[in-house]
Amino acid sequence: MRGADIFRFARAAATGYPLRTGLSVLAMAIGVAAVVVLTALGDGARTYVVSQFSSLGSNLVIVLPGRSATGGFSPANAVTRTPRDLTIDDAVAVLRTPAVQRAAPLLVGTSEINFSGRLREVLVAGTTLSYFQIRGLKALQGTLLPDDDWNRALPVAVIGVKIRDEVFAGQEAVGQFIRLGGRRVRVVGVLAPSGQGVGFNADELVLVPVALSQAMFNSNTLFRILIEAKSRDHIEMAKRDVAALLKTRHSGEEDVTVITQDAVLATFDKLLVALTAAVAGIAAISLAVAGILVMNVMLVAVTQRTGEIGLLKALGARAATIRQAFLAEAAVLSIMGAVLGYGLGEFGAFAIRTFYPIFPAYPPAWAVIAAVVTSLTTGILFGLMPASRASKMNPVEALMKH
Amino acid sequence: MALIELVGIERVFHLGDTEVHALSKLDLVINDGEYVAIMGQSGSGKSTLLNLLGMLDSPNEGVYKLEGIDVTTLTPDEQAKIRSQRIGFVFQSFHLVPRLTAAENIALPMMLAGIPAVERARRVDKALQDFGLDKRSDHRPDQLSGGQRQRVAIARATIMQPAMILADEPTGNLDRATGEEVMHLLEGLNASGVTLLVVTHDPVLGARASRQLVMEDGKLITDKNNSASSSPTLPD
Repeated sequence: MRGADIFRFARAAATGYPLRTGLSVLAMAIGVAAVVVLTALGDGARTYVVSQFSSLGSNLVIVLPGRSATGGFSPANAVTRTPRDLTIDDAVAVLRTPAVQRAAPLLVGTSEINFSGRLREVLVAGTTLSYFQIRGLKALQGTLLPDDDWNRALPVAVIGVKIRDEVFAGQEAVGQFIRLGGRRVRVVGVLAPSGQGVGFNADELVLVPVALSQAMFNSNTLFRILIEAKSRDHIEMAKRDVAALLKTRHSGEEDVTVITQDAVLATFDKLLVALTAAVAGIAAISLAVAGILVMNVMLVAVTQRTGEIGLLKALGARAATIRQAFLAEAAVLSIMGAVLGYGLGEFGAFAIRTFYPIFPAYPPAWAVIAAVVTSLTTGILFGLMPASRASKMNPVEALMKH
Repeated sequence: MALIELVGIERVFHLGDTEVHALSKLDLVINDGEYVAIMGQSGSGKSTLLNLLGMLDSPNEGVYKLEGIDVTTLTPDEQAKIRSQRIGFVFQSFHLVPRLTAAENIALPMMLAGIPAVERARRVDKALQDFGLDKRSDHRPDQLSGGQRQRVAIARATIMQPAMILADEPTGNLDRATGEEVMHLLEGLNASGVTLLVVTHDPVLGARASRQLVMEDGKLITDKNNSASSSPTLPD
């Protein structure tokens, strides 16, 4: 029997019993669609996180106080448990290394904002003008923080657009005095809406000079120093230089951690790829279940068409031909399921993208290929047993069952 | 020339712990072009004999030679090939594939034999003409009358131009007039040279054949040759 004829015969057999075929195709389709949609979600999450990190700024090197990397045991680590403060002067010194374009000290705390009786809890970031430049933040109204000596605590603040809406409720904000953690501070600017950011949302932020925040939170140590390297190629150099400089400044102790955004990104990327794969694996279980359903359907088909199998044998079909015909039928069920499932999955991903435009839910190609291949393989594997049962039937007994 | 030679055929079925001799010590020679009726009560072994002749079943003992070849020693695939090329089956219940059209049912043996679609279409068209089914080619079996269904089945049985046709109660599910029509068709094929074996329990039908075999308990008890009509005369 020719290949095309086997396929046509199998297709006619599959479509000859629409309900039974429809149900097993649906089961297979749900399995494939589950893989496609779930991996689209996982990969969308990955893309989303990566893009959000990128929006923090480009060529970013970040200095954290404390030693978090596992460098093995050293006596120095054992003796001095408390790290030295990461100070504003450290941030100033970092600026003098050749690979560094900009640096911004950052100190973060929560405080209470009060304007004519309207109160709310806010996140206060103490920083400098360079922070706005590194993160690409623009003023909607007024100005940004003044380009001043970093150690001067000018009582000024730049507020996020959401804070303005909530606290000033439509009134002009720039030039007004607010109370911020008991201090009287003048609002000099309102930030343009920034969209979402990882960690904190600039729309809900109040930014003040770093020295002011140190006074407010009674702290000498910085939360971070954000550094922008001169170019992508300068990132590693900046990281090395900054680490060496701070080690010297801190009496030879490596008590800060310098990370690059690339490293953070790579970690998140790896994590979310693993997560996506795990989710795909779980969804693939439904493909195995669908495969078992295909087997069940094929066993029913073999029983139901016993007379037909006997006839085919009487007409001169070889055992191999009958096996191929039933295997092809299982394959047809799987193919229809895979195609329908892929369509459903893509539609699901499209629906997610439509309702959450910020979320790039595109199924990765590897997942689509894996889902379709798995569905075909399970369908054919689980079709083997029914097909071999059909091919081994005794033609005389088969013909009597009509 | 002997088309079929059976020597010492035994076929034993085990039903529980009792042995049933469906065929015992059967010897039979059927020549090319003969018209043979196999008659007997149900359980006499006539269907078992037909299945054996069609190689759907194998004897426990004895030799079956078809066109001089001992077919009992062939592999299942070789037997399938002979079934495909030399034997046509006609069943009491037609055995048409319900989801296929008349034309597709007729083409089924050619499809199984791997004949190209163009050649299949040509031969199916001719068969549809010959059997008066040209207006029914796209009909499925459930849209055909009993007589039309059996005509499709006969067209299917002859499409590979077999040496013999094995018909098991071909008129059993048909009314008298339609049955007559179907027998006429089969006898016409026999007249053109095809060996025809008809299993029936109807003596009137059996009497039409040029040779009558009567079976009882797995043995041939009568082998009557109406040598007067070596080539059967066709009723008008």
